[in-house]
Amino acid sequence: MEPVSLVSGRMAPLDRADVDTDQIIPKQFLKRIERTGYGPFLFFDWRQAPDFELNRPEFAGASVLVAGANFGCGSSREHATWALRDSGFAAVIAPSFGDIFRANCYKTGILAVYLPAGQVRHLIDLASEEPSAVIQVDLEAQEIRGEGFVYRFEIDPFVRECLLQGLDEIGLVERHGSAISDYESRRMGWLPAVR
Amino acid sequence: MPASPAAGTRTLAQKLWDSHVIPAAHRGEAEPDLLYVDLHLVHEVTSPQAFEGLRMAGRRVRRPDLTVATMDHNVPTRGGARAADELSRKQMEALAENCRREGIPLHQIGSRRQGIVHVIGPELGLTQPGMVIVCGDSHTSTHGAFGALAFGIGTSEVELVLATQCLPQRRPRDLAVNVEGSLPIGVTAKDIALGLIGKAGTSGGVGHLVEYRGEAVRDLSMEGRMTLCNMSIEWGAKAGMVAPDDTTFNYLERRPHAPKGPAWETALDYWRSLPTEPGHVFDEEIQLDAGSLVPFVTWGTNPGQVVPITGRVPAPGSDTDARALRYMDLSPGTAIADITIDRVFIGSCTNARLEDLRAAARVIQGRRVHPKVRALVVPGSTTVKRAAEDEGLDLVFKTAGFEWRSAGCSMCLGMNPDILAPGERCASTSNRNFEGRQGSGGRTHLMSPPMAAAAAVTGHLVDVRELV
Repeated sequence: MEPVSLVSGRMAPLDRADVDTDQIIPKQFLKRIERTGYGPFLFFDWRQAPDFELNRPEFAGASVLVAGANFGCGSSREHATWALRDSGFAAVIAPSFGDIFRANCYKTGILAVYLPAGQVRHLIDLASEEPSAVIQVDLEAQEIRGEGFVYRFEIDPFVRECLLQGLDEIGLVERHGSAISDYESRRMGWLPAVR
Repeated sequence: MPASPAAGTRTLAQKLWDSHVIPAAHRGEAEPDLLYVDLHLVHEVTSPQAFEGLRMAGRRVRRPDLTVATMDHNVPTRGGARAADELSRKQMEALAENCRREGIPLHQIGSRRQGIVHVIGPELGLTQPGMVIVCGDSHTSTHGAFGALAFGIGTSEVELVLATQCLPQRRPRDLAVNVEGSLPIGVTAKDIALGLIGKAGTSGGVGHLVEYRGEAVRDLSMEGRMTLCNMSIEWGAKAGMVAPDDTTFNYLERRPHAPKGPAWETALDYWRSLPTEPGHVFDEEIQLDAGSLVPFVTWGTNPGQVVPITGRVPAPGSDTDARALRYMDLSPGTAIADITIDRVFIGSCTNARLEDLRAAARVIQGRRVHPKVRALVVPGSTTVKRAAEDEGLDLVFKTAGFEWRSAGCSMCLGMNPDILAPGERCASTSNRNFEGRQGSGGRTHLMSPPMAAAAAVTGHLVDVRELV
């Protein structure tokens, strides 16, 4: 994975709570066997409405999505984070996330950052009123910076390290190969095996 | 900080966790626990990119013997594989090829044991107490009904588990849901789930391993416990589980992959050691009075937007509610029982097991599907379908005017041809009423199988207790 340390760009506000992954990418686009090319399907159904927020031309090219609480709840489909990435989003900010979605963001190299609801509200209002405003999501410093504000954020230190160094998590786990083999040799014999 | 637990006591979840952490002294301070996975379930939609990733990196599947695949998400429920669209067929072919190459057993479309991944695992006896089970599907929490730690993962994590049989994880907090008392007649496990989500909210479980406890949970069959655990993800929980007991053991005994002979006794001893120790104080607790529960129906576009069937469409309390009302084309104050429906779907990993079909059939027996309603039954697995046919349930459904289909996820998520048309309203036994979930523009009301059956015969949402 490519290392990720700083995302700098404009915001797109999505002032809705409980946005589920079915909305982020509807099921008809989960039939492809590729890992890329999902950009055109992001929020596909919502985008059919001309007044959908993200259809506004001033939000084209935004790289930070700012959304309401419980963003990415529901289905485990990683296609949702692939669609965000393929649409140019490198960071998502919300008061809270669905667990699986947040994990998928990190695997996709997207900075999923949670902030207190009041700070998210400020960012949504700022993006709506001043779409050209640029912010920095700085993983190294664990800060979100804009004109006149700095918001500190928390992130799992292991996730942070993996993202900053672009580490291959499979490779990391494989380093524990002998410990895994030891564990396997002690598993209870009656546990089911399918062959 | 919550009150400290009784000294030395552990929860079921803690025991499951501790027994699966790979000890490794050289792991860095900041690294999460490395959990060993006992069973990895795989399906056609979330696995192709994972297998491709392995191939590109020259890796192989570490434990094909602890991995099982099935085709469920996009399989047609009539007409076989040939009825599938080209992309779905390609996905099924990719799964078959990946399983062949890696030696992973596959229950493909048309085979005897094919079915929804969360129905066949338990049915085959692969899901057992004490195990860690993962799958690239959020409803993996279903398997927690057996006292297993089971949760959904994304495709990158599927690749990680295929390669290493392990998953780095931080331990979530423990949350007990105590459902005391007995369920009234006509109230099911689905109503516990919907009532709970209505109370706790769609993110009330985030960051928690949930243990469902109390008399009403103990009284549930394994099917009911699976329904309850299945819906854990709908309020954001990492996993949901029920302590194993005689109900669990009776269900498991003599299943194809259950331990046999002396191994069964050894396993029983172990399984009996798993329940949370008496006196333990959980990080958080939620109390639910079973006796006060009623049949619930969702009115909105998330499973927390739920009311008793005897209730009315609520006035919007938020922008989310207002948007949901517009999408659902409902006005505040409308009696729920006055809402007419176009479609009925009895199916999904939540409610398509034999017991669910029996409960629906009891309501339908001797009645006809309302002339304006199109109703569909999709058994959760080929095994469920066969068992239902052996007891004549298919005839009950068909005589009443239901379509009797083959196993798959079907209209729960509409990846196959079974979808709602825009504007159609459906009484559904599935788990998600999200916008467009069952078909773009479709409107979903979630409920129990008997409630969906009652809606099918009356043509509107109705209190099943009036029919029985």
